Amino acid sequence: MAGSWLQFVASGLTTGAIYALVALGFSIIYNASGAINFAQGEFVMIGGMSAVMLLALGLPLLVALPLAVLAAVIVALLVEKLAVEPARHAGTVTLIIITIGVAMFLRGLAQLLWGKGVHRLPAFSSEQPIEWLGATILPQSLWVMAGAALAVVALSWFYGRTLLGKAMRATSHNRTAAQLVGINTRGVLFASFGLAAGLGALGGVLIAPIAFTSYDAGIMLGLKGFAAAMLGGLGSFAGAVLGGLALGLLEGLGAGFVSSAYKDAIAFVVILAVLFLMPGGLLGGRGSERV
Amino acid sequence: MRFNTDTVNALRRSAMLLVGALLAIPGAWAQEPIRIGAFLSVTGPAAFLGDPELKTLELYVERLNAAGGVLGRKLQLVAYDDAGDAEKARTFAKRLLEQDKVDVVVGGSTTGTTMAVVPLMEQASTPFISLAGAVVIVEPVKKWVFKTPHTDRMACEKIFVDLQARKLSKVALISGSGGFDKSMRAECMKVASKYGIEFVADETYGATDTDMTTQLTKIKGSGAQAVLNAGFGQGPALVTRNFRQVGLTLPLYQSHGVASKEYIKLSGPAADGVRLPAAALLVSELLDGGDAQKPVVSGYSKAFEDKYKAEVSTFGGHAYDGLMLAVNAIKAAGSTDKAKVRDALEATKGYVGTGGVVNMSANDHMGLDLSAFRMLEIRNGDWTIAK
Repeated sequence: MAGSWLQFVASGLTTGAIYALVALGFSIIYNASGAINFAQGEFVMIGGMSAVMLLALGLPLLVALPLAVLAAVIVALLVEKLAVEPARHAGTVTLIIITIGVAMFLRGLAQLLWGKGVHRLPAFSSEQPIEWLGATILPQSLWVMAGAALAVVALSWFYGRTLLGKAMRATSHNRTAAQLVGINTRGVLFASFGLAAGLGALGGVLIAPIAFTSYDAGIMLGLKGFAAAMLGGLGSFAGAVLGGLALGLLEGLGAGFVSSAYKDAIAFVVILAVLFLMPGGLLGGRGSERV
Repeated sequence: MRFNTDTVNALRRSAMLLVGALLAIPGAWAQEPIRIGAFLSVTGPAAFLGDPELKTLELYVERLNAAGGVLGRKLQLVAYDDAGDAEKARTFAKRLLEQDKVDVVVGGSTTGTTMAVVPLMEQASTPFISLAGAVVIVEPVKKWVFKTPHTDRMACEKIFVDLQARKLSKVALISGSGGFDKSMRAECMKVASKYGIEFVADETYGATDTDMTTQLTKIKGSGAQAVLNAGFGQGPALVTRNFRQVGLTLPLYQSHGVASKEYIKLSGPAADGVRLPAAALLVSELLDGGDAQKPVVSGYSKAFEDKYKAEVSTFGGHAYDGLMLAVNAIKAAGSTDKAKVRDALEATKGYVGTGGVVNMSANDHMGLDLSAFRMLEIRNGDWTIAK
C-alpha cells in the first residue's frame, strides 16, 4: 500500500506544481493593481500553443520555447496598452471585468488561429517515468516543480532587491504615495502584465507535455490557479506555491482515499473552510500590517 | 441564422417562379423543389459535430442536384445553426415545419437538441432523422423519429464481446465527467451482466483533469483483468499515458469517442496495444476488398476530403447516411407525402451506409447491429483491425 500512497502524493504534486505556476501570475498582477487578471489562464495557453506552432514550423525546442514566452509577453503588453490602461482610472471591479473580456477574446482568437484541436509538446528530457518505492513520476513533472521553485526564488529577488521590483511593491501598497515619490505607476502595471504573462507562458510550455494544451486550456488553469492563489493568500508568492501544492495534494489524496468522483468537491470544501477561518489565505493577510 | 445557400436558393427559386410565371411555360425545372430541413450545432461546444454534418449535407445536396435531383425535382437544403442550444433547436425546428414547410428533417447534432425537437416532429407528422447518439432517441420507438449513428450501448457490447473472446471478465471502469462519458458508463453497466462482465472498479475523472495516476493506481490494486475507459476528448489520452506510467500492462479498451488520429498523436507510444470499437469510415483503406461498406466509405471519404481538404469524421458520415436514407425513402415512396416517406423509411432494408448496414423495422428505428463497429487495435501508431 506504501506504493499507492506515494503515488497519490506524486500525482498531487504534479498537478499542484501546475496550479502553483498559474497562481504566481495571479499574484503578480494583484500586487501591481489590486485586480485579479482572469486572462492569466489564457497567457498560459498562449505560451503552450505558440510553442506547439513554432515546433510544427520546424524550429528546435530551445528556440521555440523562448519565442513562445516572448509571444505571450507581447500579447500581454498589447492587452495592457489597449484594454487595461485606458481604464486605469476605473475601479478594480472594472479592471477585473475587462480581464474577463480579454480572456474570452484571446480564447476566440486562439480558436480561429490554431483551431480546436488538442496538442502536445514533446517532453524536455526523457518520457520514461522515474520509479521510487513503487510510485512513479514523469521527469517532466520535475521540470514543472523546478520551474515553480525557480520562479519563486527569482520573484523574491526581483521584488526584494531590484528598484523596479520595489517600485512595483510600493505601487501596490499605495498608488498615490508611490506617484508622489516619483514612481511611474503606469509603467509598473505595464511591466507587471509582461512579467505575469512571461511566467504564465513559461508554465504553459512546461506543462504542455503532461497536460496537453488547446485553445480552451486556459479556463481550467485559470480557475484552479485562482483557487490556489486564494488558498495561499493573494499577493504572496510563497503562498501561491503553497496554495497550488496544497490544492493538488488535496485532489490527489481525496481521489485516492475517498472517491475520484468527489475529489473536486473535497478540494473546494477544504478551500472554503480555510478561507472561512483565515480570510487572507494561508500566507496572506499581511496586507493590513504593511500599512 | 440562415445560410447563404438557402438564401441563394430562395432567390433562385423566386427568380425561377417569376420567369416561369412570365413565360407561362410549365417545365420540370420549375417544379417545387424537395425541401430538406436541417438544424445543426454548427457553432458552439458541439461544433465538431455540426460543422462536418453541414458540410456533408451541402456537398451531397449539390451532388444529387447535379445528377438530376430526386424524382425529377431539385433538392433544397434549409439549414439553421442551433449552436448546441436545445431552446434554439426548438425555435428553428418550428420554423422549418411552419414557414419553410420542409418535407423531411435531417439533423439534431446532439441528443439534447434532438430530444427537444422530437415532440414537434411527432405533432407535425414529419419524418425526422436524428444524427445524435443516445439510445433514448429511438427507445421507445417514436413513430416519426429515426436515427443514423450507432449508440454507446453498442460500443459497450462490442467491447464485451471482444473481452469474452479473450476470456476476461473482471473489468475496471474509468470514465470522465462529461455527458458522453456518463451515458456510456451507464449503458456499459446496464448490459455488462448479459456478457458475464463484472466491474471491480469504477473510477472517474474531471473533463479538464491533467493527471489520472491516482485513479489508475487504485485500479492496479483492484484485481481487474482489463480496463475500460469510457471517455471523450483529451481525458482518454491522459489515461493512456498514465496507464503506462503506473506500470499497468492489462488490456486497455477505449471507446469509439476517441476514434481519431488526434488520440494516437496525443497518447504517443503509450497507445500501442489499445483496442477500441470504431466505425468503418475511419479505416476505409483497411477494409477487405469484399467488405460491403468499402465502396460507400471510400467514396464518401474521397468526396469530402477533395472538397474540404479536411479529414473525414464519423459525424459527417452520420449526416451522409441521414440524407441518403431520406432520399431513398422519397424515391421508394414515389412522392414527398410524409406518411408514405415515413413508411418507406421504416421499411429500409439493406441500406449500406457509412455507419453500417441499416435494416429498419417497426420496433427498430436505427437498424444497425454490432457489425457496424470494427474492433481496432493500435499498432505502431496506426489503426489495425483486431483479429
